[in-house]
Amino acid sequence: MAEYKLKTPLSEEDVRKLRAGDIVYLTGVIYTARDAAHRRIMEYLKAGKPLPFDLRNGAIYHCGPVVAKKDGQWIVVAGGPTTSTRMELYEYDVIEKLGVRMVIGKGGMGKKTAEACVKYGAVYVTYTGGAAVLAAQSIKRVIDVHWLDLGIPEAVWVLEVENFGPLVVAIDSTGRNLIEEVVEKSVKKKEELLRKPL
Amino acid sequence: MAVSKDLITKAVVEGIKVASIYLPPDVKEALRKAYEEETNSAAKAQLEAILKNIELAEKLKAPICQDTGLITYYVRIGAKFPALDVIEEALIEAARIATKEIPLRPNTVDPVTGRNPGDNTGRYAPVIIWDGIDPKGDYLEVTVVPKGGGSEYVTVYAMVPPGKGLEGVKEVVLDAVVKAGAMPCPPTIIGVGIAGLSDVAMHLAKKCATTRKIGSRHPDPVIADLEKKLLDMVNELGIGTMGMGGKTTALAVHIDYAYRHPATYAVAVAFFCWAARRATVTIKSTGEYTVTQ
Ligand code: SF4
Repeated sequence: MAEYKLKTPLSEEDVRKLRAGDIVYLTGVIYTARDAAHRRIMEYLKAGKPLPFDLRNGAIYHCGPVVAKKDGQWIVVAGGPTTSTRMELYEYDVIEKLGVRMVIGKGGMGKKTAEACVKYGAVYVTYTGGAAVLAAQSIKRVIDVHWLDLGIPEAVWVLEVENFGPLVVAIDSTGRNLIEEVVEKSVKKKEELLRKPL
Repeated sequence: MAVSKDLITKAVVEGIKVASIYLPPDVKEALRKAYEEETNSAAKAQLEAILKNIELAEKLKAPICQDTGLITYYVRIGAKFPALDVIEEALIEAARIATKEIPLRPNTVDPVTGRNPGDNTGRYAPVIIWDGIDPKGDYLEVTVVPKGGGSEYVTVYAMVPPGKGLEGVKEVVLDAVVKAGAMPCPPTIIGVGIAGLSDVAMHLAKKCATTRKIGSRHPDPVIADLEKKLLDMVNELGIGTMGMGGKTTALAVHIDYAYRHPATYAVAVAFFCWAARRATVTIKSTGEYTVTQ
């Protein structure tokens, strides 16, 4: 297991060297996107409409932050990750068509996302679920916000982050899927435990 | 100060604040122990982040997690408590005030219209569970539990063939933990309820997951033994902190049971995430109150 400090924009080389289990601290710009933002991204893609932001070589974060306005400035009060599985439906296209290099979330993602990671050079990393105060600490500034009509948690927040992490590489560009491996092992272990009487 | 609606409200607001910002000492201790014992580096990094987050929340007086949950109250009333008529109103008002003051994320949504009133109240919200009357007591005891969505999402209910008995319980629990995976933000506290009726099983599971202290033992030695065995098995599954693998998938397994019907054997499994938030407010008839964890 290695530890990396990376900066956005991320190159293909940056993410291809990462292996499942590695830890990353990210500095630069990240875009929050959860359910509604993903749905809208897909609508734009389908209609061939350009997005109001550029995700190429960028990082998206599955997060519905608590954001407050103080003296005319947006401030992220809490910004922990949300469960990524719900975004599995869209992430292949997001990686393929928009050139996203890093997807940040929690809870793990599935086969299609892993396939896109291999094909286009991307990784899925997880941030500690619930660690919202810690996350807010490394979010330095709100640079911009898009699609605020979706509501504060669902809007796309453009955030400047410094040493955002620990992010654990859960899917690497060789297709290894750490959380799925853990789940598969646990299924086997469960079968074994069920055969033993109490 | 005599007991009034305002006094109850004030005390419960304080309880919600304490619950939202500080983890109970037993939970903190268990997480620290899990961190010290962990050898899997990915899991250890997550536990370290959890411990840092807990410390930071205390320092900044900020809610531990952005999901500040659905506010749930377990209420025990002494029959001689003088202000029975205003308890319910005070509990609802406390949710409103706490939402503004802390602030909490507005989480209550009308399932029909999708409207969010913005103050964590609504039909049957906050959730008030009237949990018994102490015939001789002159106090009001409210345990505040902010229950997050991630750990609620994976709740399981099953009816097992009565002939299977505790083996059936074991199967339901292990299945539930594997299926839940990383979703309820492990390490979790797992509550298991066994009963004749579905709602009773669920109530017991939820209550023992969220209100019992880690390290407490069930008074029935057979159940206490089963709790230990199931905890060992759950941890053998190796899901670990945030599904990264490693030693600790659960911090505790708590079981409670009710007598069942000959034909039914209802089992419920509830999860409490690592952000296992709870605080108990005790108000005496003299108006003095304490908040404990
Ligand atoms: S499961 Fe618990 S710790 Fe995880 S995001 Fe939800 S409330 Fe927070």
